Order: sequence, then structure tokens, then C-alpha cells
Amino acid sequence: MALVQIDNVSKIYQTGEVQVKALQDVTLSIDEASFVTFVGPSGSGKTTMLNLIGCLDKPTKGKVFIGKEQVDTFDRRRRATFRGSTLGFIFQAFNLFQVLTTYENVEYPLVMIKNESVSKRKEMVLKVLESVGMLNQKDKFPDQLSGGQKQRVAVARALVTQPKLVLADEPTANLDKKSAVNVIRLMRNMRDEFNTTFIFSTHDPGVMKEAEVIHTLEDGRLV
Amino acid sequence: MIRIFKIALRNLMRYRRRTLLTSMLITLGLLMVILFSGLAGSFKEMMIGQITDSNLAQMQIHKKGYVASIDTSPLNLTINQKCYKTLEKVLKENPDVEAYAPRIKLSAMLSNFKETTNIRLNAIDPEKEIKVCPNVSERMKFSGSQVPDILLKPGEIIIPEKLAAGMKIKIGDSVVLVANNKDGSVNGLNFTVAGIIESILGPQGKEGYMHIKDAESLLRMENPEVIEIALRIKKFDKLNYVYTELKSALAEFKNTKGKAAFEIHTWEKLSPFSNIATMIEIMTVSMKIIMIAIVLISILNVMMMSVYERVREIGTMSAIGTAPGKIMGLFLAEGLSLGLISTLAGNIIGIFGIYILNIYKIQFAFGRMDDLLLSPTISFSELVWVSAIVLMVSVFASLQPAYKASKMEPVDALGHV
Repeated sequence: MALVQIDNVSKIYQTGEVQVKALQDVTLSIDEASFVTFVGPSGSGKTTMLNLIGCLDKPTKGKVFIGKEQVDTFDRRRRATFRGSTLGFIFQAFNLFQVLTTYENVEYPLVMIKNESVSKRKEMVLKVLESVGMLNQKDKFPDQLSGGQKQRVAVARALVTQPKLVLADEPTANLDKKSAVNVIRLMRNMRDEFNTTFIFSTHDPGVMKEAEVIHTLEDGRLV
Repeated sequence: MIRIFKIALRNLMRYRRRTLLTSMLITLGLLMVILFSGLAGSFKEMMIGQITDSNLAQMQIHKKGYVASIDTSPLNLTINQKCYKTLEKVLKENPDVEAYAPRIKLSAMLSNFKETTNIRLNAIDPEKEIKVCPNVSERMKFSGSQVPDILLKPGEIIIPEKLAAGMKIKIGDSVVLVANNKDGSVNGLNFTVAGIIESILGPQGKEGYMHIKDAESLLRMENPEVIEIALRIKKFDKLNYVYTELKSALAEFKNTKGKAAFEIHTWEKLSPFSNIATMIEIMTVSMKIIMIAIVLISILNVMMMSVYERVREIGTMSAIGTAPGKIMGLFLAEGLSLGLISTLAGNIIGIFGIYILNIYKIQFAFGRMDDLLLSPTISFSELVWVSAIVLMVSVFASLQPAYKASKMEPVDALGHV
């Protein structure tokens, strides 16, 4: 069953008088609990695709469905609520909050978005930290962790709200090869454990082969 | 909410030096306001106390038109016995009036048998006067070191120190007073100098004192008359309220022309120090405005920098679903926390500063008054008010940066370099 449905989507950026066609007439669907990657060279539209699926941006043309919701029609506030309730994000530069410990970083969405009780929060955070193998680092701040550990914390933060879909834009770009493969394998294990759909972008061949479904983009078109 | 403040505090500590410098600046501004308010307020209260409790009284009632022609000490604008009794009834019925005292104000010629000069005199009922101006004797020097049980007996006069020095008059000397009554006839009486009085700021600050019975004799008043009724109220902070009440009560008394028969004035209308008091208040407000500007500019600057430095972080918060209101709340909490820390520090140092100033009292002279000791105090309500201003301005200064942060599009913020 399709979790993500993209119908004839185009995205055009206007920079002064120059138009940049980031995506052109893309149609695709992504099944629930799948492990999908978008690949392609720089400027091929990978990040734009993830931004549209992640409700961070709106298409110039076409429709984006996640589950039964047509998310491209949502206003700013509804998109924020939807992101908090349905989606998880992993970023290339980890984007952990520097002033929060590992535990607090993972707890952040439960406090600021989900408003879970203290006991429930603790249970959820410890469970996900254990799953990503970071329980013993829970009191450390991001600047005390290695790149691979930071990304593990980011994976935990993305999963702690039990989202239907996790989006990761070049999650391994700042990691060495070994750490990169480990993070991708962790994401796949998490997919198996939590039954969450993972969509990520990469241009690393070593990472690509870990994906189950590969969509290739070139000049904003699916090939 | 607690978590928001916890994150806000940690973000402030992230830029320790900047937070410390800004906090010090705000603390210094607050400290200046507390010390200035304490010193200026105490100076004002002390001077008002000096003027009202030792000379002028808090309020005065006269026949209508007296204050307008006060420089000529008119003797035709008197309150007769019947009117005085009526006014007494009004004053006794008012629960806020603590005491009142009749006075006759006159100009006379003073002679020590060698020289003659003019003198302005305040003729008083000593027992009543002491209740209206409890500190009047503090300005007086008597033959012994003790203040006599009765301030002034009939046949005695207390003369201003400058005049006594100029005419070489000492306590115990005999002098003659010569005065015109309201009909223009002249009369003279002998007096013994019972004391010498220091000058004080204000229109009645250089007057001598005599007994009201002597003034009646000197002015050949067939029936007792008074020129002024001095008033003291129970609570000084109710001055304007009592004034309004008495003014409306007095308005019911009309003269033969159907116009108001009496007038009432607070000390503010009678003493030039009220202008200085107003200036002090303006300066205190100016200090507060400067403090507001310091808080506004420094917190606005810090929060603007904080937002510009954390664009990607704001993008991350927004991307993972933090509501714009909560992002705004985070930055407002940061500004408020900075204001709160500075307010606490400013209050603690300010109170300590006031305490130190009270140990090493500031000695100063004002006009002809020497050896005045300033004991600065600041009320709890003033501290609360000043702190509330700092906190409100802190939030206000954070509003624009916080709003800007909450309005950032995550896709733009995440791509910010």
C-alpha cells in the first residue's frame, strides 16, 4: 500500500529573472515500510524531492499525498503540526541542539511537540536510545560525540515520536565510509523494528547498495 | 514551560561573555536607578519634612486672596472668631486631620534700643503649633541646652539668627516691637528674647516667633482674629485626598459677594521647594527612561544576534514540527531570563549600595541649612515597579527577534550558511 504518492509534481525556483526547474513532472509512489533512496548528481532535485515529501516546501505544480492527506494544500501551521505528528527528519549535518544532552535531544520532540508525560517520555527515550546503541552516551552533549554517534542520536530523535515516515537528506555525507554504512544499516534495522518507512538521498555508491528501492533523478526528472 | 526556560538559560550560557556583558550593562542601569531613586527620594522627603514639620505645615487655610498678597502681610484679610469656630468644626469633623493651629502673620519694626530693623513674625499658639509642626523647636536655640516645656510664653520673642547676629542681640535681651494695625495706628511692646531660630528654605523660613496673644495686643485686635490656620494630617500620602475634601467643604462658605470666603493650599503651592521636588521627579523618570533604553537596546541586540547565529537551529526546530508559537516562546524566554538575571543582580547590588550609603551617611548643605545627613531608602513597591519595567522591556525587546525566528521557513533556514 502506498504511503507517499506524488502526482505530476514540478518545482520551479525563481531567482531574479532566472527560473530553475528543480523537479519536472515527477510521478511516483512509495510503499509503507519500504527503504527507499533517491540518488543522482548534485542539483538533480534530490533535496527538493525530500523537502516536498517532508512538507517543508510546496510544489509549483502537482499533488503530494502522504497517507490520505494531500499535504501540498496545507498552510504553514498545519504543515508544522503534520511534520511533528507523522514525519521524522535526519539531517546531513546532524543538526542536534548543542545545549541539550543526548537524552534531551531525543526527548525534545516529545516535550515540544507531543507533550507526553514525564514517565512516558522517559520510557520512549530510553527504548529508542537502546535501539540505536546510544544509551551509555545519554548524558553527553553533542560536542562530546563522534560524527557516527551524532547521527545515531539524530536517528533516535527522528524515531522517538514513532513517525510513519522518516526522511534523511544525505545522512552519511559527513561520515567516514564505515560509519556511513553503519548508520544506513541502523536505519534499516529501525525500519524493521518500528515498521517505519525510510526515504533518504545519497550519491555514495556504498550507501546506495544498502537501499531496497532506488529512484534516480537527473535534471529534476525521474529516470 | 520549565523546559523552555531551561533551554533558554543554557542558550544564554552558550555565549557566556556576551551574556555576562549584557547582563552587567542592564545591572548597572538598574543599580543607577535604584541608587538615584533612593538618594533623590530621600533628599526630597527630608526637605519636605524639614519644610512642613518645622515651619510651613502641610496645609494652610486663609481668607480668600491672602496668598496672592502674602508679600505685604495684609492685616485686613483675617479670619474672625466666628469664622474660626466654624472652620474648627469642619476640621474636627474630618477624621484625616491630626492637628491645626491658628497663626497671625505680621511685619513689625524691631529695636534693640540702638538699631532698628524690620522683622516678619509668626504669632503662634505654642501648644497647638507644636502639634502641627513637631520639629519647629529643632531649629531653635534657647538659653539652656533643653527645649523649654512651653516653647514660647507671652512677652517672649524668638528672633531669626541672621538678624540676631546683625544686631548683636542675645538670648535674654530686651527688644521693642513696633507695628501698625489694620487701621494704620502704631503700637509698641517690650519683649524678652527667649530664643534664636535658624533660617530655613522657603517664604516663611526667616520669620521670628511670638505668642499669638501678644500679637493680638500689639495689633490692638478687639476680638481675637487669625490670619492663617496651619494643618497637619494623619497620613502624609493622603495629602491630596484630604486637600480635595477640605477644599470642597470650604467652598460652601461664601462671602457677602457670594464668592468663596476661604482658600486652602498644600505646602506645594506655598513653597518654592515644590519646583525642586518636581525637578527631582523628572530626573528620576529620566533615569528610568535611560535604563529602559539600555535594556531595550542591549537585549534587542543580543536577541537579534542570537537569532542570526542560530538560523539552522531554528530551521531544525521548525522542520521537526515545533509550532511557531513555541519557537517564539523559546526566544522570549531567553530575553526574559536575561532580564530576570540582571534584575536580580541589580536589586541585590542596589539594596547593598543603599545599605552602604546608610552606614556612611552623606552630609550636605542646602541653602542656609548645613549638616544635613542623607539616609537613602527605597520602598519595596519602587523596587517591584523598576524590576517590572526591566522585565517588561526585556520581553518587548525580544518580541521582534522572536517573531522573526518563528516566521522562518524551515526550508530556507536549513539551507542557511
